[in-house]
Amino acid sequence: MTAWARSTSGSDAGRPAEQPPLDVEAVRKDFPILERRVHGDRRLVYLDSANTSQKPRAVLDALAEHYERHNANIHRAQHVLAEEATAAYEGARDKVAAFIGAPAREEVVFTKNASEALNLVANTMAWRSPYQVGPGDEIVITEMEHHSNIVPWQLLAERTGATLRWFGITDDGRLDLSELDTLITERTRVVSLVLVSNTLGTLNPVAEVARRAHEVGALVVADGCQAVPQLPVDVTALGVDFLAFTGHKMCGPTGIGVLWGRQDVLGQLPPFLGGGEMIETVRMTGSTYAPLPYRFEAGTMPIAPAVGLGAAVDYLTGIGMAAVAAHEREITGYALDRLREVPGVRIIGPDTVVDRGGAVSFTLEGIHPHDVAQVLDEHGVAVRAGHHCARPVCDRFGIPATTRASFYLYTTRDEVDALVRGLDEVKKVFG
Amino acid sequence: MKLDSLYQEIILDHYKHPHGRGLREPYDAEVHHVNPTCGDEVTLRVRVADGVVQDVSYEGVGCSISQASTSVLTELVVGKPMDRALAVHEEFRRLMQSKGAVEPDEEVLEDAVAFAGVSKYPSRIKCALLGWMAWKDATAQAVGAREEAPSERSQRERAATRTARPAALRGGAELDGVPALRAEERTQ
Repeated sequence: MTAWARSTSGSDAGRPAEQPPLDVEAVRKDFPILERRVHGDRRLVYLDSANTSQKPRAVLDALAEHYERHNANIHRAQHVLAEEATAAYEGARDKVAAFIGAPAREEVVFTKNASEALNLVANTMAWRSPYQVGPGDEIVITEMEHHSNIVPWQLLAERTGATLRWFGITDDGRLDLSELDTLITERTRVVSLVLVSNTLGTLNPVAEVARRAHEVGALVVADGCQAVPQLPVDVTALGVDFLAFTGHKMCGPTGIGVLWGRQDVLGQLPPFLGGGEMIETVRMTGSTYAPLPYRFEAGTMPIAPAVGLGAAVDYLTGIGMAAVAAHEREITGYALDRLREVPGVRIIGPDTVVDRGGAVSFTLEGIHPHDVAQVLDEHGVAVRAGHHCARPVCDRFGIPATTRASFYLYTTRDEVDALVRGLDEVKKVFG
Repeated sequence: MKLDSLYQEIILDHYKHPHGRGLREPYDAEVHHVNPTCGDEVTLRVRVADGVVQDVSYEGVGCSISQASTSVLTELVVGKPMDRALAVHEEFRRLMQSKGAVEPDEEVLEDAVAFAGVSKYPSRIKCALLGWMAWKDATAQAVGAREEAPSERSQRERAATRTARPAALRGGAELDGVPALRAEERTQ
């Protein structure tokens, strides 16, 4: 595991050096949806957590309790409900800050999702600031990014006349760093890359890329959508300037994302969206802006989703991210072993658990991924088929799409077995 | 099992042994349609002469449903007068949007009745319609180009001609209630 993901014996406070294995059966009882039957009376086998995770009872209760007892707008009313709602919203910020090891709570900006977080950085870098991108400057991303970490940078390049460059992918699904020093140069203003690929599962050597980027004075943005739910992430150890992630992939509700940014950088970026609550004073002749993080939180925020995310952070912290990571690694290793045994399966991405997250993409010879997923669904096995919003990855491997199984803290070996059995059924239909 | 209603033998046959595949000359219009949610793609050409669909040729990548339905499309429309081909299209579209509630007209749809089960799978309807929407788009362009060809008329008159085309040909993909299907390029 790379340096930025705290080791299992490391700093997870109060935990024994040897992490006891996760009690998956106990965890499963926390997730009501896992009891669902589908297509008649089939057990639901949910292997699509990289798409969105399921939600534990604690999060569902927090959402209901917020609306039933504390609902009010935050930061702007003088009654008891407003105070409670504000405390819950700001409490969620504290929880998230602690969860990712943020040095200051002001560095945690709530957004509606990770896409908005990435767009916040990419948009504001087009405008006047010490970090403004202009003609002749270069932006560096990678070929394994989710569309949300490609398109905002393409737009930035178009708007500013800068050039977009990218790292390629090796045949075994790793980032090709052989041209690190020629790709990231004095012209580079920003490097944005994914910590764990949603399609390949690859865990990237972010520290190495960040070191080179900082050498040349470039900012480093990390997409943590897959990493933050699965691994202990510490933004200081990570060595980046920004980290974007989303709540709904880490047991939280949809509608809430996070941008963490180093205070000295975030504080110098111009405002993104203008509106209520992001201001200090508004006059018809001009406005001044609120301090961090409010400068980037215009309008009424997704209050209940933020509270729900706070509950999700509590839930994951209670279980221990080291235990979550160990389970993810164990179940991914098991899935890779089982899938390798299936004739016709080609794993797209690293086929070992070394530096790898819990999403396994594969193709089944001669059968289109949509058809694979459709037959699996009929057997209760929920996977995703398609390009996973990372189409360049499919292009790189010369395939139109993949089938992806992804795991989380509630995934059992049994469920992986159901996937493998399901692939036999797929072959029966299309054999 | 419900799945049998989706993957009918006819569909699997057309998938494994597609009809009319490959891009051919001559053609009057070529379109490229994609299904942005899943990446299925089809490039499709049409040749129309004397009010008859002379040829439909295509290349594409996609699932069994999208590939088989394009194969069936070529079987059904090639050689037919335009109005009858459009009637087949309309019947197929109606079937796809029926949520399984419409009894397909086998006289009109022939092999395409096998896709009746697809209408119960909302995520696959777009797969089944991919080639059909491409055909309609290409046909509209081919017919439009023909109408405009002998032209000393002004832009304005041309625009008027365009709106005077048969109603069934107007509007392209959006009119058919499948806004997610996008024509990446249109050879106007």
